[in-house]
Amino acid sequence: MNRFDYVRPRTVAEAVAAGAQPGSAYLAAGTNLLDLMKIGVARPARLVDLNYLAGLDTIEELPDGGVRIGARVRNADLAHDLAFRRRFPAVAEALLSGASGQLRNMATTGGNLLQRTRCAYFQDTASACNKRAPGSGCDAHGRENRLHAVLGWSKTCIATHPSDFCVPLVALDAIMEIEGPEGWREVPLADFHLLPDATPERESVLAPGELVVALRLPPEAAGFAAHARYVKLRERTSFAFAVVSAAACLRIQEGQIAAARLALGGVAAKPWRARAAEAFLLGAAPAEAAFQQAATIALAEARPSGDNTFKIELARRIAARALRLAAAGTPERLPALPASPFAPLPGGLHG
Amino acid sequence: MVEVARLRHGSGIGQPLTRRDGVLKVTGQASYAADNHPPGLLHAVLATARIARGRVAFLDLAAARAHPGVVEVMTPANRPALAQDPDDKSVPFSFRLDLLQNDRVRYAGQPIAVVIARTLEAATEGAALLAPRYEAEPVEASLDAADVFVPEVVGAGAPGETWHGDVDAGLAAAEHRIDATFETPMQFHNAMEPHAVVAAWEGNRLSLDMPTQGLSLTQMRLAALFGIQPEEIHIRSPFIGGGFGSKLLSGPQVLGILAARLVGRPVKLVLRREQMYGPVTHRAPTRQRLRLGAAADGGLTAIHHHVRTATSRFDDFLEPSAGVSHTLYAAPAIATTNEAVRLDTGTPGFMRAPGEASGSIALESAIDEMAYSCGMDPLEFRLRNYAEIEPVSGKPFSSKALRECYVEGAASFGWAGRPLLPRSMRDENGMLVGWGLGTATFPALMFQGEARAVLRQDGTGLVETGAHDMGQGAWTALAQIAAESLGLDASRLEFRAGRSDLPNAGIAGGSAHTATAGGAIHVAGAQVIARLTEIAVADPRSPLFGAGNIGVVARSGRLVRWDDGSRSEAFGDILARAGLQEVEARGMANADPTAAERYAMHAHGAVFAEVKVDPELGQVRVTRLVGAFAAGRIINPRLVRSQYYGGMIWGLSFALHERAVLDPRTARVVNADLAEYRVPVNADVPSLEAILVDEEDPHVNALGIKGVGEIGITGTAGAIANAIWHATGVRVRHFPVAIEHIVAAGDL
Repeated sequence: MNRFDYVRPRTVAEAVAAGAQPGSAYLAAGTNLLDLMKIGVARPARLVDLNYLAGLDTIEELPDGGVRIGARVRNADLAHDLAFRRRFPAVAEALLSGASGQLRNMATTGGNLLQRTRCAYFQDTASACNKRAPGSGCDAHGRENRLHAVLGWSKTCIATHPSDFCVPLVALDAIMEIEGPEGWREVPLADFHLLPDATPERESVLAPGELVVALRLPPEAAGFAAHARYVKLRERTSFAFAVVSAAACLRIQEGQIAAARLALGGVAAKPWRARAAEAFLLGAAPAEAAFQQAATIALAEARPSGDNTFKIELARRIAARALRLAAAGTPERLPALPASPFAPLPGGLHG
Repeated sequence: MVEVARLRHGSGIGQPLTRRDGVLKVTGQASYAADNHPPGLLHAVLATARIARGRVAFLDLAAARAHPGVVEVMTPANRPALAQDPDDKSVPFSFRLDLLQNDRVRYAGQPIAVVIARTLEAATEGAALLAPRYEAEPVEASLDAADVFVPEVVGAGAPGETWHGDVDAGLAAAEHRIDATFETPMQFHNAMEPHAVVAAWEGNRLSLDMPTQGLSLTQMRLAALFGIQPEEIHIRSPFIGGGFGSKLLSGPQVLGILAARLVGRPVKLVLRREQMYGPVTHRAPTRQRLRLGAAADGGLTAIHHHVRTATSRFDDFLEPSAGVSHTLYAAPAIATTNEAVRLDTGTPGFMRAPGEASGSIALESAIDEMAYSCGMDPLEFRLRNYAEIEPVSGKPFSSKALRECYVEGAASFGWAGRPLLPRSMRDENGMLVGWGLGTATFPALMFQGEARAVLRQDGTGLVETGAHDMGQGAWTALAQIAAESLGLDASRLEFRAGRSDLPNAGIAGGSAHTATAGGAIHVAGAQVIARLTEIAVADPRSPLFGAGNIGVVARSGRLVRWDDGSRSEAFGDILARAGLQEVEARGMANADPTAAERYAMHAHGAVFAEVKVDPELGQVRVTRLVGAFAAGRIINPRLVRSQYYGGMIWGLSFALHERAVLDPRTARVVNADLAEYRVPVNADVPSLEAILVDEEDPHVNALGIKGVGEIGITGTAGAIANAIWHATGVRVRHFPVAIEHIVAAGDL
């Protein structure tokens, strides 16, 4: 690990000032950054430790019915907050399907959004990677890439964004609140992450020094609580990133879908909102034919980036599964294996 | 024939004692090698090759040396001289080592320099600052490599080719034929404790804290390498955080010792996780072709098991996968053949159930396919082809309670009534359910071992041997044998192990350690009791006077007459009257060559698996595993069950998870860490049951012990593969089974 400066700002203003200096990296829980530093992928000149900031650590009910989640709220605290879980069950289910208990106790709201890809070639400093070393090439092309992107990838990069949390968030129109050297701004999560195109090293719209301070869910997001699920296909039962995943949220009125949200995980460099599928579902009967058709629409533009053709069909199937489960109703209690296909539904439905 | 030792009253053998070192371990007090910090300690970190073949053209020594805290950088230019070529394999079970003998790189991850610093952090950054440049050469990383050779020997010396009967005729005459090819991946041991050494020199005396599965072999090889006497090397290895065959002497540990010599101070070197994917051996990939023939009645007519595997470009270890076909099923014609290619990787080696694990998953899958072909239940088919004698050697088994394993396992699992057709069962949530069976097998081996036993006048005893506890429970099981051998309660007994200055206990490998070290302890204890008995029965003042040497038994610290339990005398009283502080003896145990000549000696088992498969998404979950194993006498049923559980979980891991991805263009392992090299987590481990089937073996060794450490993997992996087929109708022949293999078959 390289030698680096370490600063502990007490206020957001101090943090942003320190973070704006070249070579700085914000340190939240460090569950991803410290690993990357140990393997030489990240070599920041300065760590700006956010763990001593005042604030940014509360879940705040907003007067309009929305919620603001401080960037430093731990994943486990958010997932186990009863009021939050009741109103945004798919978000809680996604959080609890990620990583391990120990990691969730550390990992933060802001950090989760900014975690780096798990592409083996990104994590290996001896390999070419345009994300890590712009212009060096992409060794994932033509090599071990069975779990790489099937949507939105480019010749320069086929990596995926690994977050579970982001998938229901993007479905629910989450909004990022950002402080920076140029002041405060907000950005919809859907626009926050960038597709690789020619610049895969740019993973989000954050400018140097900009700091995610909070994440907001709008009041409409709570309207899906009765029909909101996250489903995750993974290669072991726990502690694994998604092969593919899907968040589906429905509002059902008088036997018709009055509002639909669908997003996919593990398929692209960003959480993938399937708006065309949502539009298709509006007004449809919540039944298998509509779910299958919507899932097909969601993957219409997918194409393999390597040995991963199977992921397209799996993503289609998991989208249909998530819609089916959402239509059946949110379970009253989260399953013991959150988001697992093997989770039998305990008890009754969400009231 | 060896007489089986008689069980005595108050025996430690057979008791389900908890681990004697358990509290130390769960409270963090058990001291592993890297926990040692002698005064003046420096830290060494390896720089390892990023290319797999070529030479190191440049190292930025100046940058590394200039880094604050860095004391020295060891390279081929300044590495202290060795008395023996690192490629010399004069010691059994050893491999060619990479000890900075030149600038050649022969695999990715090979050590190319060692940075020694005052802190671990400084050494780590110093190693990064070396920023090596290479002259790289093209690499070979594929089992499809063009240059194929036929090895003369595989594994630890088995013949590369075995023919028994006429396989072609057997296949030609068959009513049913299977011709299937199975692939198993490169795998790494991934012990929780990385290879480590804390080395300190005093003149030519070498003091080491180092995990090793072979104290004496390690001492011998180090003595040869450094040109000193084995007795000048003192190794402490009280606890080993998993070995699985990877912890004999590794090159990186020798480099730590060389670093200590170079700087004249104690040095600690601990491998980083990713550094364990190169210089400390692995299980080689295999491609296995199984050709089976069966008559209309389901009787096998022929088995041909052909293996292609890989070794390194500079050393030989051939994963002996076909060996299982020699012993498991009766067929008039059995052939096993091998071929291999050379890859630019580290040398493969012994990895838990080497050969048996990879071979069993292929054979058990093929047997399952054949059973279905014959329209028979997989258990019925296996019983139809039950080997009453070892098919290839023609020898009788020293004992074989496999039939009982099938019966007890099937009963507990509820196998009866299993539908023959796949895709026949669903659970209440609509998941596909499948049941599979695999036969487990592992040879009963034994090495040479020694032990020393002492009885003292104060009524206490001491037993010592240089045994190794890799987590399997040697501290406990061997102490039970020791207590038994001396007729002492365990609380009156001091048991020493895990040090090189104790009698040589052989190696902890081949599932043979309890037989070897335990056998030696048994002999040493018996010798001490015999000496004590001689004293007592010859002494007219003893109540045992005249009982004769075989007329007494040691029990609870006393010698007692067989024929009259009321006549006895305490050990201490016998010694006190004879004016002796203590009586001691050494014992040696070894495999009995006549037994091996006359009998085939193997442990057996039957593993039953239930899996559930999501019919839409292809995700597999193992929901039940029941294994019934017969492995001779059980010293400690609690520990043995734990060994079976561990093996069965490893089998699950083999079937569904473990795979090192070797990049085809660079011959580098792409997933060299525990985040990406997948092993099961708790949620993947189902309800486990291990049934200990009674088996008495009067031939295998004095204690009647067969090994239990490796057999659990075999059988289990195949049982799971077979259960997946039974659930889905999809026969995956490529391991680990991946989601795309299952969904590739279309809608389930």
